[in-house]
Amino acid sequence: MSAALFEVDALSAGYARPVVGPLSLRLGGGEVLGIVGPNGCGKSTLLAALTGSARIFSGRIDKRPGLRISLQQQQAPAIEGIPFNGAELLALTGASAEGLPPWLESRLAGRLDRLSGGQLQFLYLWACLQAPADVVLLDEPTNNLDPDGISFLEGALRRRADEGASLLVVSHDARFIDAVCDRTVVLG
Amino acid sequence: MNTELLFDPLFAEPFVTGLVFAVLLPLLGCYLRLRDEWLAALAFAQTAAAGSLLAMLFGLPLVLGGLVAAGLAASLKHAFEGATRGTQGAAYAMLLLLGWGVSVLLVANLPLAERMGHALFDGQLYFTDRSHLINAVAFALLSFFSLRWLSRRLLLAHFFPDFFRARGLSERRAHFAFDLLVAGALALSTMSVGVMGAFALIFVPPLIAFNWADGWHRALLLAVLSGLLAHVTAFALALLLDQPFGPLLGLLLVGMGVLSALLHSFGARH
Repeated sequence: MSAALFEVDALSAGYARPVVGPLSLRLGGGEVLGIVGPNGCGKSTLLAALTGSARIFSGRIDKRPGLRISLQQQQAPAIEGIPFNGAELLALTGASAEGLPPWLESRLAGRLDRLSGGQLQFLYLWACLQAPADVVLLDEPTNNLDPDGISFLEGALRRRADEGASLLVVSHDARFIDAVCDRTVVLG
Repeated sequence: MNTELLFDPLFAEPFVTGLVFAVLLPLLGCYLRLRDEWLAALAFAQTAAAGSLLAMLFGLPLVLGGLVAAGLAASLKHAFEGATRGTQGAAYAMLLLLGWGVSVLLVANLPLAERMGHALFDGQLYFTDRSHLINAVAFALLSFFSLRWLSRRLLLAHFFPDFFRARGLSERRAHFAFDLLVAGALALSTMSVGVMGAFALIFVPPLIAFNWADGWHRALLLAVLSGLLAHVTAFALALLLDQPFGPLLGLLLVGMGVLSALLHSFGARH
C-alpha cells in the first residue's frame, strides 16, 4: 500500500450541525477512491471538510504537509455576462488543453456563457483535473455529461491516476464509480 | 466656438490627468464588475468626496482626506467580506448615504466647502494642477504593477471559489489589496473628474466591454478604449461648449452604454 496523502480518522463534519460521519478513510498515491451514497448523506460535505470549508465537530484529518489539492465543485460559479473563454479558464489553474475531446477543444476560444451545460461541466472538470495537484477532488463529475462525455472522462481520470495523482470521486452514479475507482466507500 | 482652446497648453495637464483615469478606472471596473461590486465604487467615490471636504474643514490636504476616507470605506467593506450579497449591498448603500449626507451638510454650512463641493460634484477637470497629475500617474503605475499580481488571484477566486482554501491559502489579502486600489483610484479621480464622472468611468466602460468581448484580455482592452474615447470627446465638448466636464463625461458614457446595449441586443436577435 502506498503512503497516504491524507487520512481521515473518526471524522464528524457539517455546518450548523454534523452532516457526515463518524467516518475514517485514507487516500494513497495514485489511487482513485470513490465515495457513493444517497442524496443528503454528506458526500459533498466530506469534500468541504477536506478543503477546510466545513466545520469539523470531532475526529481529525491528517494531510501530508504541502499537499496541493484541486477541487471541482458540483455547482459552477456565475459566469453569465462575463467575457471569459475556455482557454483562459484552463490557463488560470495551469491545466493543459492537450488531450481535450475534439468537441471541446474547438470551443476553447469561445465565451464560457455560450457553452452548453455539458461542455461547461467538462471544461471545469478538465481545469481541475489537469491542474498541477497531488490530490484531485471531484464532486458529481458526471452531472450534465452525455454518455460520450462520461466515457471520455473515465479515460481521463485513469490517465491522471497513472501519472501519479490521487483522486477522490464523489458520485451518485454507481456504474461510473465502479468503472474508474480502485476502492469505494459507501456513505449513509 | 473657440477650437484654439483645444490646443491651449493651459489645458494639457488636466487633459493628461483625465487620460490617466480614463485608462485606470475602466481597468479596475472590469474586476469590480466581475465581483458584482459596482455599488461599492459609488460608495467609495462619495465617501472620498466627504473625506476631502472634512480635510478642508480641519486645514488638512484634500487628497489626504479623500484617500483616508476611501481607505476606511474599503476597510469597512472588507469587514463585510464574508457576509451575504444582500448584506454587502446594504452596507455599501449605507456608506453612500453617509458620504452624501456629510458632504451636503458641509457644503451647506461652510463657504469654502461650498466651492470645493461644486468642484467635486461637477467634475471640474480644468482646475486640476500638476500635483493632481503627479498623484494620478504615480497611483496608476502602482495600480498597474499591483494588478499584474492581483489579476490571476481575483479571477481564480471568482471562477474557482475554493482554489485557495483547498491549498491552505487565503485570498482575503488579495481582495483587500484590490479594494484599497479601487478606493485610492476613486479618491484621486473624484478630485479631478468628480464623483459621478469617476463612477461613470469605472462603471460604464466595463458594461460595454462585457457585452462584446470574447475573452478577458479583450474586455480589458475594450473597456480602456471606451473610457479613452469618452474622455477625449467629453474634454473637447466641455471646452468648446464651455460646460462642466463631469456631467458631459457621464452623459456621453450613458449614451455609449445605451447604444452598445441596443446594438448588442439587435445583434443577438439577428
